[in-house]
Amino acid sequence: MSDIPLPAAAETVRRVREDPHRLGHRDPHAHETVEGAGHGKTGPARKRIIVGYGFWIFLLSDIVMFSCFFAAFAVQREATAGGPGISELVDMRRVGWETGALLLSSYTCGLSFAATNVRSKLWTQIFLLATGLLGLIFVGLELLEFVDLASRGIVPQRSGFLSAFFGLVGLHGLHVTLAGMWLLTMMAQVQLKGFRPEIVHRLICFNLFWHALDIVWIGIFTIVYLMGATS
Amino acid sequence: MSELEFDPAANADLLDHREDHAPGDEPVESAGHYVFNSNLGLGFSIVLTVAAFVLANSQLIYGPSIPIALLVLAIAQMGVHLVFFLHVTTGPDNTNNVLALAFGLLVVFLIVVGSIWIMNHLHANMMPMPMEQLRQMQP
Repeated sequence: MSDIPLPAAAETVRRVREDPHRLGHRDPHAHETVEGAGHGKTGPARKRIIVGYGFWIFLLSDIVMFSCFFAAFAVQREATAGGPGISELVDMRRVGWETGALLLSSYTCGLSFAATNVRSKLWTQIFLLATGLLGLIFVGLELLEFVDLASRGIVPQRSGFLSAFFGLVGLHGLHVTLAGMWLLTMMAQVQLKGFRPEIVHRLICFNLFWHALDIVWIGIFTIVYLMGATS
Repeated sequence: MSELEFDPAANADLLDHREDHAPGDEPVESAGHYVFNSNLGLGFSIVLTVAAFVLANSQLIYGPSIPIALLVLAIAQMGVHLVFFLHVTTGPDNTNNVLALAFGLLVVFLIVVGSIWIMNHLHANMMPMPMEQLRQMQP
């Protein structure tokens, strides 16, 4: 090292390159402060962090709510009251299409955030639209499924098992529907307001929500449908 | 708007990795990084999903073990989603996110396993109900 100090920016870049997470350099008594890091030295963390973290807490509470519906389903699985059981409900091809649509929509949602990060309005909108269309396909398939089941006399009030089934799958469908409305709102806001910081924060939250819905669907198609078809 | 407002594109050359990051967010990276991550996530997810669907309908493995295998595949895929789509990592900038996630998983575990455990015991201790009585209870 020379005696001439580097400019602050170059110094930071060098440090980040050498040790991205500062694993070897963390000193609890260090006096250096990071603007907006939220470590108690320079005031609260940046809004982007606070908003994302708060939404993460909400998502976890949402998943806890889903876990209650999963528990109800697991408990009521055999309570068919002489009515149809789970294996009579499952149409594997439809579930396959639903899963494919939702997985692809998660992918396009991730791509839309990549486009947001480079501030490309066009590609953000294109990928958000693709996400919305795939979500629409998913909700449509699920509605078809419910109509088909109802036409065969399989309705929530038939048995405890069917109440739990429609409650769990319907709650997820409702989430996807509401997320679709949120998506349309975000597309309008991106178009009219552009990538203002608060709009980007909302896009981050929307991304988290959509991915979380896909994670819940993994649980549903495994525990409800695939395990139901094998039983 | 506070002046602490953060736009990673504007501060790309000054970014320091010492601050925490929200889930779904990462220290500033090129768009290629996000696309690469998404591609990896999609690839892994497709493999795991197809494996689950194939396994559910096949005789490839011992029948009674299929539900366990399906559960393992599902948990693996949830992990893939967390890492590649939600960008939850084990780095020091993600400590808060991982701790919140761990607490959420604890509550989920207590609810699901506790419910199944308790209700199974209740069920085992129930008097068997004659079929005629069951019929009368139907609407």
